[in-house]
Amino acid sequence: MANKLQNLDDLRRLREETKQSMLSRHGAETQIIVGMGTCGIASGAREVMAAILEELAKRNLNVTVLQTGCIGMCEKEPLVDVVRPGENRITYGNVTPRDVPRIIGQHVVNGQIVEDLVVGRVD
Amino acid sequence: MQIFRAHVLVCGGTGCTSGGSPQIRTRLEEELAKNGLDKEVKLVVTGCHGLCEMGPLVIVYPEGTMYVHVQPDDVSEIVSEHLLKGRVVQRLLYKEPLTAERVPHYGDLPFYHKQQRVVLKNCGYINPEVIEEYIGRDGYAALAKALGEMTPEQVIEEVKKAGLRGRGGAGFPTGVKWGFCRNAQGEPKYIICNGAEGDPGAFMDRSIMEGDPHRVIEGMTIGAYAIGASEGYIYVRAEYPLAVKRLRLAVKEAEARGLLGDNILGTDFSFHIHIKEGAGAFVCGEETALMASIMGERGMPRPRPPFPANSGLWGKPTNINNVETWANVPEIILKGADWFASMGTEKCKGTKVFALTGKVQNTGLVEVPMGITMREIIFDIGGGIPGGKKFKAVQMGGPSGGCLPESKLDLSVDYESLTGAGAIMGSGGLVVMDEDTCIVDVARFFLNFTRAESCGKCTPCREGIKRMLEILDRIAAGEGKMEDLDLLERTALMVKNSSLCGLGQTAPNPILSTLRYFRDEYEAHIKDKRCPAGVCAALLTYKIKPELCRGCTACTKVCPVGAISGTRKAVHVIDPDKCIRCGACAERCPFKAIVRA
Ligand SMILES: Cc1cc2nc3c(=O)[nH]c(=O)nc-3n(C[C@H](O)[C@H](O)[C@H](O)COP(=O)(O)O)c2cc1C
Repeated sequence: MANKLQNLDDLRRLREETKQSMLSRHGAETQIIVGMGTCGIASGAREVMAAILEELAKRNLNVTVLQTGCIGMCEKEPLVDVVRPGENRITYGNVTPRDVPRIIGQHVVNGQIVEDLVVGRVD
Repeated sequence: MQIFRAHVLVCGGTGCTSGGSPQIRTRLEEELAKNGLDKEVKLVVTGCHGLCEMGPLVIVYPEGTMYVHVQPDDVSEIVSEHLLKGRVVQRLLYKEPLTAERVPHYGDLPFYHKQQRVVLKNCGYINPEVIEEYIGRDGYAALAKALGEMTPEQVIEEVKKAGLRGRGGAGFPTGVKWGFCRNAQGEPKYIICNGAEGDPGAFMDRSIMEGDPHRVIEGMTIGAYAIGASEGYIYVRAEYPLAVKRLRLAVKEAEARGLLGDNILGTDFSFHIHIKEGAGAFVCGEETALMASIMGERGMPRPRPPFPANSGLWGKPTNINNVETWANVPEIILKGADWFASMGTEKCKGTKVFALTGKVQNTGLVEVPMGITMREIIFDIGGGIPGGKKFKAVQMGGPSGGCLPESKLDLSVDYESLTGAGAIMGSGGLVVMDEDTCIVDVARFFLNFTRAESCGKCTPCREGIKRMLEILDRIAAGEGKMEDLDLLERTALMVKNSSLCGLGQTAPNPILSTLRYFRDEYEAHIKDKRCPAGVCAALLTYKIKPELCRGCTACTKVCPVGAISGTRKAVHVIDPDKCIRCGACAERCPFKAIVRA
């Protein structure tokens, strides 16, 4: 059962919490795009996606997560793109769930590209 | 806390629900689970998005992709294509009628361009059955602000400064009304939310109550604080079962969260809300009749004064406002009077919600700034008249309102301009009519409605409406005389000036406005025995053009009264005495040889 809100601070806390959970309803500026073609899914994109969502929740980040279909680099799947506002679109290849904390921690949060995983850049 | 990368919004408004959205929801639940997406994708049932014409609607965020006319069988494709692989299902996107282009983004629809959503900002965006979603959209922050930072007098002052006027029809300044009730003597004081919504074709208040019930509750609670009321009633027609259900749930949730009931947000302010279901009589929307109905008496109006502010429910000071009026209050308190007053015209601030229906492409719910023109609403937002037909008139304000012709379409939509033109803002019903509509028939329709809904208490309304209707029936039957028009006008003015309540006082408006703008059409019925729109059955004749008739005998077979004679390959003839003018023959004729005159 829901707790009674005793004061303004209670209300504010509940608001911030729900705002976070509703963020997916407006596009955020930073995007993570996961390749979800048949090739992507076959090589583990679903697990990568789950890891991304978990990491974002853990860090309370406002990021839009999108999927895309096959882009023709099937042997490099799972592919994960990171787009930060005003920066190049970086594509990471052969991503595993274990790489996800690094991609998010270094690149999404701090803007430092995880060079050893990069397979493409587009501006 | 769990993050969902995508939210799928399924419209749970009344329109989409009857179109099958509950099945869509069930199928989505199944498909998401089957594809293992239920931990990544969140399903949200929302209130009305307004574009009811295109329902059932499904919107996918973060992209904001809107799918229209979705059927349960489309669900697996949406899940496997869009939600799994990120590929938009093109065939389910809205198609722009003129260019036939698909519009992927919700926000890019012309229907939403000129709208300004204040009251409706959460409708179709949040789940109205989950209080946290409302709170996540700054819900109850205005109440917290009022309780924590403002005195009741400051709240009233803010509402006055904002220039908010009653959205129930009359446009009385809300802050002023609150002030009367605050200063009135008597305890306890009551607050009423008028959700009777009796106008045929109107569904603004229903959508607000269904789609964002907490907004109404928050507005009422702020009002109660300002006025010093401890009890509140929401009067809602029993024909709105979904609204009743969601309001009840919302009251319960707000009480559980300490946002309603005793000691709200830990303060010493307490306020309780009761839901009262009405039986849906039109007159029960009138404030004194409504109060009688709440008290368990027969819903009949009484003379004013005394006004409800001094003597309302059980003789105590009572403040009554319309659903939409209450729904404006939280935004005003939260964002300030100046923000609110920046929308609209000199004398009319803010926005107004309209229910757009009739002969218009995009029927639905629209919210526009005051001062917009009727032309913008009907043509830019509504997409104009379907089937290449010509616009004829727009009826505003339901049975209390008037009909405006093409020449008045550029009028600013505000209380004063519309009243001056013979219509009223009313509660927001807008019925668009095309060239196939007969004006005499329209007046008859509304008079029939008010005659049936008149409570019978006062003579002018009870008898006068009936007499006017008799005259209209005569004219429609081709038995009218020119003197009838004067008699009609005189009776109309008498009923308007001497009826007890607003029902009778406004019932003649459909007649007076159509006599003003479409007198020639009345005259055509009387002098030429002709109905220009071809609606009044008694004035129609069907003829067979001999040069086009091939004697196929198709018409003789569909005529229900055997009025057509003729043998195969010979020209047929209609017997005007037998013909009942049903038009079946004209519809059937493959050679378009049968014409209506
Ligand atoms: C016949 C009749 C029907 C009415 N129906 C409604 C109605 O359905 N909803 C409504 O809010 N006001 C209705 N009103 C207006 C109410 O009497 C009252 O003016 C209104 O609820 C006041 O609220 P407001 O100041 O917020 O507009 C009706 C009035 C008349 C005369």
